[in-house]
Amino acid sequence: MKIRIPVILLACGSFNPITNMHMRLFELARDHLHRTGRYEVIEGIMSPVNDDYGKKGLVSARHRIAMAKLALETSDWIRVDPWESEQKTWTETVKVLRHHYKESLRSLQSKKELIENKQPIERSAEDSISYQHSVLPELKLLCGADFLQTFKTPNLWKEEHIKEIVEKFGLVCISRVGSDPAQYISESDLLTTFQHNIFLVKEWIQNEISATQIRHALCRGLSVKYLVPDSVISYIAHHNIYTEESEQKNEGDLLRPLKLQNTTVNPLND
Amino acid sequence: DPDKKTEVVLLACGSFNPITNVHLRLFELAKDYLHETGKYKVIKGIISPVGDAYKKKGLISASHRVTMAKLATKSSDWVEVDDWESSQSEWLETLKVLRYHHQKLQSPDATNSLQSVTPLTKPGRKRKQEPNRHEPVKKKSQSPDVKSVPQVKLLCGSDMLESFGIPNLWKLEDITEIVENHGLVCIIRAGNNVQKFIYESDILWRHKNNIHLVEDWVTNDISSTKIRRALRRGQSIRYLVPDVVQAYIEKNNLYSPESEDRNAGVVLAPLQKHTSDSKN
Repeated sequence: MKIRIPVILLACGSFNPITNMHMRLFELARDHLHRTGRYEVIEGIMSPVNDDYGKKGLVSARHRIAMAKLALETSDWIRVDPWESEQKTWTETVKVLRHHYKESLRSLQSKKELIENKQPIERSAEDSISYQHSVLPELKLLCGADFLQTFKTPNLWKEEHIKEIVEKFGLVCISRVGSDPAQYISESDLLTTFQHNIFLVKEWIQNEISATQIRHALCRGLSVKYLVPDSVISYIAHHNIYTEESEQKNEGDLLRPLKLQNTTVNPLND
Repeated sequence: DPDKKTEVVLLACGSFNPITNVHLRLFELAKDYLHETGKYKVIKGIISPVGDAYKKKGLISASHRVTMAKLATKSSDWVEVDDWESSQSEWLETLKVLRYHHQKLQSPDATNSLQSVTPLTKPGRKRKQEPNRHEPVKKKSQSPDVKSVPQVKLLCGSDMLESFGIPNLWKLEDITEIVENHGLVCIIRAGNNVQKFIYESDILWRHKNNIHLVEDWVTNDISSTKIRRALRRGQSIRYLVPDVVQAYIEKNNLYSPESEDRNAGVVLAPLQKHTSDSKN
């Protein structure tokens, strides 16, 4: 029996709000990894960013988590995780990856103990197989092609973090027809070195639902039905989440990661 | 009275094989657009799946397509599915479906026979109430801010509009009556050729005020063809079609290489009809 490596997909982002496109990324990534024959995607995790990120128009994490929960109610493998949003400050993506990887090992360990503690007669065939062949899961960062491009933005990422992400974890990068992430990878020595761990998935069925445009439409009273789940639309209406006011939040502020980089770079600057 | 709004019913004809989120979006976009002009009030949306007699390649049975559309519109309080067109034994021109629904609006208790679907006189805004022995006296009381006769407008994407140019697919007089008497609401994508297409057609140009072009602010390319392709390849279609439609397709195993081969080599009904008409 050919053993496939279990994979957990982690998507970080604002999810402000969550849209059908966000959820579609997971489906595409799963299909792609399964088609390689080498992986089995066992879980999808959506990790909304901390309020401290300071992006313009970012509404409270409490709402963003609630909306994601509603949207993912009907999914049997994708869930939203509040850990990142509950930290005191903004957390670098690599740290979020490390946290969830540790968690996945922990849950694997407790599963093993559960099976061990069962009397042999209680163990199912499934238990035996998963116990003997327990392969360590891999955690991969799920993203769009534009995310890959942000590696280039000055001071946004630490070089050693990018390296750890592509070396230790891996990327599943969804791009649309017309964009060419392969070219971008070839232009970066670091990414080229670890290209075996960067999975490029093409979305042939274009479905670009920008959360920014969703928010603008909502502010103007336009319909977003069929772009965002009905349950999320009701929640937004009920709590009056997106308004002209909410869109002005953090206006003029620097993103947290840029603020941090600026303070650590060159203290001798006169 | 310039303050009175015209009531509009949006009618979408097509295969809906299967219905997708984009189909449903067309209605939302059209309604928002028409309301923003301040001149219209959209009162209903109708999805009218084409009959099996259309003979398009890959077209599965109308009963499934109608069921899926009904499941998809359950959560809508203004868009519904009508199976009159799909229950006819022969393929019907789009214009006939438009006329049928227009007539149905005028007199809800009219019989559903094809005979009553005769061409209507042009419903001008300031038309005097002509005595017409086919129409009963309008009994319904109208709200003060609404004009007399609701219009049925054909809702479509740019592909349908551009299909007007395909030889033998549409009759010229049908196109004329559609744009003259009813009107078109066409959802387009940024950077498309539709305006050029309208410019190059004398008939469309003459009635361009009755052709509303609505730009979709989302780049959406969820065609039914792509959905069926994904299904044949065992790929996920979640979040491209309503969950209930995806579940129905899966449960009934609707789309396969075999279903895609249906009507292979068969001439499309409108082409067949126009070729035999011209032969006679």
